[in-house]
Amino acid sequence: MSLKRLFIGLIRIQLVCCFLFLSSVQGSMLYAQDAEEQEEESAEAESSDSDYDEAVVNAGRSIFEGECTVCHAINEKVIGPALKNVESRWDDRDLLKQFILNSQKVIQSGHEYSVKLYEQYDRTVMPSFDYNDEELESILAYIDYASNQKEQTASSGGGASASEGGGGEGGGGSTAGVPSEYLTIILVGLIIVLILILVVLLLIISVLGKFLNNQDGIESEDKEVIDQRFNIGSFVQSRAFISLVIFLFVAIVTKTGIDALYTVGIQQGYAPTQPIAFSHKLHAGEYEIECQYCHTSVEKSKSANIPSANICMNCHSEIKTDSPEIQKIYAAVENEQPIEWVRIHNLPDLAYFNHAQHVTVGGLECETCHGDIAEMEVVYQYSSLTMGWCIECHQESEVNTKDNAYYDKLVEFHKKKGGEPMKVTDIGGLECSKCHY
Amino acid sequence: MENKKTYWKGLEQLSNDTEFVKHADKEFPSYLPIKEQRSKSEPADGLSGMSSSRRDFLKMMGFSLAAASLAACEAPVRKAIPYLNKPVEVDPGIPNYYASSFTLNGDYCGIVVKTREGRPIKIEGNRLDPITQGGVNAQVEASILSLYDKERLANPRINQSKADWKEVDEQVKADLEKIAENGGKVAIVSGSIISPSELKSIDLFKEKYENVEHITYDAATASGMLKANEESFGERMIPSMDFSKADVIVSFGADFLGTWISPIEFTKQYSKTRKLGKNKQKMSRHYQFEALMSLTGANADYREAITPSQEGVYVASLYNKIASKVGASTIRLDESVDSEYVNKAAQDLLAARGKSLVVSGSNDPSVQITVNAINSLLGNYGATLNTAVPIYNRKGDDSKMASLVKDAKAGKIAGLIIWNANPVYDFVGGDDLAAAIPNIGLTVAFNAVADETADLVKYNAPDHHYLESWNDANPRKGQYSLSQPTISPLFKTRQAGESMLKWADASYDSYYDFVRENWKDLVFPKQNKVLDYDMFWDSCLHDGVFIDAEETVNSEALAFDYNVSQVSSSLNKNYKASGGDVELITYFKMGVGTGAQANNPWLQEMPDPVTKATWDNYITMSLGQANDWGIQMKEGKTNMADITINGETYTLPVLIQPGQKKGTLGLALGYGREKAGRVADGVGFNAYKLLKLADGQVNGVITSGVSIEKSSKKYTVAQTQTHETFMNRDIVVAEATLSQYQKDNSAGRYKPKVGMTDGAVPAGDLSLWKGHDYNNHHWALVVDMNSCTGCSACTVACQVENNVSVVGRDEVINRREMHWIRIDRYYSSDASPSDQRGLEIASENPEVTFQPMMCQHCNNAPCETVCPVAATTHSSEGLNQMTYNRCIGTRYCANNCPYKVRRFNWFKYHDNKDFARTNVAQNDDLGKMVLNPDVTVRARGVMEKCSMCVQRIQLGKLQAKKEGRRPIDGEIQVACASACPADALTFGDLNDENSKIVKLMRDENEERAYHVLEYLSVKPNVWYLTKVRNKDEKLA
Repeated sequence: MSLKRLFIGLIRIQLVCCFLFLSSVQGSMLYAQDAEEQEEESAEAESSDSDYDEAVVNAGRSIFEGECTVCHAINEKVIGPALKNVESRWDDRDLLKQFILNSQKVIQSGHEYSVKLYEQYDRTVMPSFDYNDEELESILAYIDYASNQKEQTASSGGGASASEGGGGEGGGGSTAGVPSEYLTIILVGLIIVLILILVVLLLIISVLGKFLNNQDGIESEDKEVIDQRFNIGSFVQSRAFISLVIFLFVAIVTKTGIDALYTVGIQQGYAPTQPIAFSHKLHAGEYEIECQYCHTSVEKSKSANIPSANICMNCHSEIKTDSPEIQKIYAAVENEQPIEWVRIHNLPDLAYFNHAQHVTVGGLECETCHGDIAEMEVVYQYSSLTMGWCIECHQESEVNTKDNAYYDKLVEFHKKKGGEPMKVTDIGGLECSKCHY
Repeated sequence: MENKKTYWKGLEQLSNDTEFVKHADKEFPSYLPIKEQRSKSEPADGLSGMSSSRRDFLKMMGFSLAAASLAACEAPVRKAIPYLNKPVEVDPGIPNYYASSFTLNGDYCGIVVKTREGRPIKIEGNRLDPITQGGVNAQVEASILSLYDKERLANPRINQSKADWKEVDEQVKADLEKIAENGGKVAIVSGSIISPSELKSIDLFKEKYENVEHITYDAATASGMLKANEESFGERMIPSMDFSKADVIVSFGADFLGTWISPIEFTKQYSKTRKLGKNKQKMSRHYQFEALMSLTGANADYREAITPSQEGVYVASLYNKIASKVGASTIRLDESVDSEYVNKAAQDLLAARGKSLVVSGSNDPSVQITVNAINSLLGNYGATLNTAVPIYNRKGDDSKMASLVKDAKAGKIAGLIIWNANPVYDFVGGDDLAAAIPNIGLTVAFNAVADETADLVKYNAPDHHYLESWNDANPRKGQYSLSQPTISPLFKTRQAGESMLKWADASYDSYYDFVRENWKDLVFPKQNKVLDYDMFWDSCLHDGVFIDAEETVNSEALAFDYNVSQVSSSLNKNYKASGGDVELITYFKMGVGTGAQANNPWLQEMPDPVTKATWDNYITMSLGQANDWGIQMKEGKTNMADITINGETYTLPVLIQPGQKKGTLGLALGYGREKAGRVADGVGFNAYKLLKLADGQVNGVITSGVSIEKSSKKYTVAQTQTHETFMNRDIVVAEATLSQYQKDNSAGRYKPKVGMTDGAVPAGDLSLWKGHDYNNHHWALVVDMNSCTGCSACTVACQVENNVSVVGRDEVINRREMHWIRIDRYYSSDASPSDQRGLEIASENPEVTFQPMMCQHCNNAPCETVCPVAATTHSSEGLNQMTYNRCIGTRYCANNCPYKVRRFNWFKYHDNKDFARTNVAQNDDLGKMVLNPDVTVRARGVMEKCSMCVQRIQLGKLQAKKEGRRPIDGEIQVACASACPADALTFGDLNDENSKIVKLMRDENEERAYHVLEYLSVKPNVWYLTKVRNKDEKLA
């Protein structure tokens, strides 16, 4: 009758599995709820936009971005003041409109706030404009809209990063993929199915047990098995359980230890505080300045070079001259004291890396290794910069042979060997002396 | 035709000495200490120095593991400091190259300086320069480290204490005016100055102050030759020489490939006559008559050892032989010699009239006049010698300098200005001058270091290093070169010429303006192609040189006009056919030279090409002489000898030199510095103080009053000659005579075959391995042993390029030198090793072969198969790669390398106070500026070796890729090949059909190309071309 014992044993195992799965599903349900909450937040943010007439705001946006951004921004001082909630600072909305049309006229009329502004900004004259009232309204509407908008994104951004700190990447992943409501429905369905299976299995066990008990000629051995109840105490004290726990403990500790050792010297995510709070998000992101504008030698040299102060001065001799951060650059230039930036990407001396090879010859984008710089307020080390990371890319990346006569012969050879695309590793990209000498 | 000669690196190998045999297979002898550096010259015996136990070792290991893991937790914060205002032409990571000129006491070399982020890191030859044609030598290569010498004077000094330039100028000017009022005499003492601007600054100075005399002398003097030429031609000059047009070259003691006048230029020319190939089956024939074995003598086809006191008779006999044939008047000689080689040379010379060249290194005008007469008889003037275009490398006048010393002693000199010269150290009677200097009212020195002379003067006005200066040079008539600064001055120094201008009250804003204006007057009018001066200046600055074709071609030649018979009395008086007793000959070594750059560890550690000794000078003598005096030498361990010269006794180590004339002793100048700096001070013995004047000329030879006696003291000379031996394996050197070569281009090669079932096959064809596919590049190097003169420029060039450590004398003795490319020097003789008598004869005048030896980049590399961690691997471009960060230091690879070209880092040579004195390039902040930022400085415990300059290959490939093309042949050059003044090394891509190396190997010299140890079938990517000697069959 050992077959029967086996059968019942199997069913029990299935039961355990069902429980485990159920509990894990519940866990992911919690994540899904997190994600839902986030979605709701952003939905709320969107709903508040409905106070504005979209057409008017858009018209204002196009004027503002076309003509005003030369001197103004919403949230910060450029050449002129930041325009956030500008209307609230003017007692008279008409006077504000007049100021936009011809600032000097308002100033000369002796309007107190305008004169104060004029003095505050070193008597920089705001040029006059020829807008009709509709246009003026649209600009103000856009500024109002943008003022509120900026606030909201700032607050929701903060919330997201907080949840990222706690919840980890799982939440972010689920929001990006399948819509969360579908996910919930699927999960709930699965749980119901599992509970049904569980009930059915329990029923089967009890029915089978009863059936076997009622049968004659059962060996006492088998009877014991049928009647046995699950005894947690003896299970926990059993040798097998203890060895399993010890094994798992040792294995986890070892794995964690080895993983920790592998991270020694890896500074992924390293984001030191720099002497000047330079924002790549602003320059590369918002203003879309090309990376090469400042990192001039990235296409010709091994180093991408940190821009010298004279490159900053190309713009900042005029723009945002009052900012305390920019003042630091002026101080450096005046005192002939170079700016000591903190190096973020530190390759060991034994490894040779050449930017020109990867950017000019390989045709890689900066973001491939440096991450989404345009979104980084403070730059951090995006990639691990380990040898494994280098090698992985060299194994997977195809050589950029287009229009490069250097590779012609190699491509020919490679084609003869077989049709597969030519990877970096196929032309010796994993050899030691490519990077170590 | 198989080569049956015996090759040996040193006498211990020749005589199969038991000690040598015992050590020969031990590249890393375990009996030598590694715990601490030995401080004494003798090695500590056995394990007495090793006191730590196994438990200590475990404790240390545990502690260092814990320390390392703790230290690793937090990475140090590193700074990145960009320019404030980036210069347009500087991009971090991209080298800039500037054409410039190396000048040092008349030595000249056109150079291109490589700078990285504004600091010079490497010197290459300037291929546009018609004199040096892209060649350099060890001294030029190494001079870049002298720039970063922290012992240079950092500011002007008055009475040995720090001052500023204003004070110095005021006081010097006041002193000068006082002297002028009193009518006192001011002397300017310098080495040969070849800069027109510097000479002009002296002229301006002379205009301002009366009674100023400029006295030039050279430590490596050619004063006798200048005097002889003055008498022969009526003008004090040295004609330019062209060895490349000479079919027969005869040299009497002139080391023209090593240290004589303009060795880089001469090596370039000479090597052209030594090249062979399908289309050039002829080469020059070179006779050398000399006492010591010089580099030039080692390259000669026929060499006869003569004593200096025979030299005059030999020269005159050669003259007489030729004169009697051509019907000119002969010189009457009391005794004449009947030398086989003199007769033969006379015959060959006569056959090659107008295509031959006779030179002499003697400082005796009568000998030089006789040499001029020979050249005149042979019609060499106007062919190989050009009096119309003299060279200006040597201008010194020994007699004038000697009388200055006399005047100074007698108090007749009121002012003395020392212009980068060091007469207290390197001129006859230097001690007298040292004693006189404190009594001279005004003494100024421009010397960059407070050396033996400059430390005595009142005012130190230190000059810039030449790499910090604007300057010009006029090394030969019709050639004008520019020097430009490649770094801003490191210290508060000022150019010597600028100081002169300041004191002469000449109004120039800067020395740059002065040079520029001089060129406008002097050089610009010599051409009419470029009409705009700015454009002209820029193009000259770009090229580094300007050639005035008019001046070089159309100048009028001077005629030899001298009655030679007049020299007979002087020759008969000073020379004897039989030679004298014991004669001491001073000479210069390739590395340290005159001693002006002695404080340069690269030069000190460079093994002398012939003796293979480093960090020392010593008495050289022949084996026969040593046997007579009971002196023995094994692997550098030698006796000292008490040498008595005119009553003074000095105890010096002895080095036995095969090929030296019995009865002569050699002693190198340039050592024994006292105030050169931490590297050179106390290294060797100062032989300048032994020199005397003879007929107003400095005499480098002491022919009488010399006696020598064996001393009981022992000494070890740090000699590399028997390190890294090939264990008596065959086909290391393949050589043939010219006639054998003409009959069979593969003459001299050994072609071993292995018998297989289907007949004999060449041993190199058998292989266990599949071989490699080289689809992209196949880098290879060809070494022409016939061109290589052994000058060792490559060794130093490689050291600079690849950050190779200097290990110092003690570690060289421990066989731990680090040079990636060594020059193996083999003596060869026909006698069998068992024939003792034959050997002694053999060692009297052996043939010499130089063989540059570096990693052979084997296709079936024995090192690769034994590395347990795969730290040395093969690349798809034919390179044997060494990965330092993977190496765990088992040294299996070195054990398994048949060529013994791998070097192990026994110590941390960088940032280690034990090596601070020797390895300055890796130990102090200033020295580190010379390091190549593209090459790792190796850590302790890893293996290293020639990488075939993989950093240059990678950079060259990248340049090609960026421009979307294949690399152009010659664009990628390894450091050794680029430095070689003899073009003996050719590097290139064997997959590039149009490359020079393919042409050389396939079209020109396929028959001559062989692999060292070919039968091992390791299939190296370095090929050697057989050595061919232009000897007659019967004499060979």
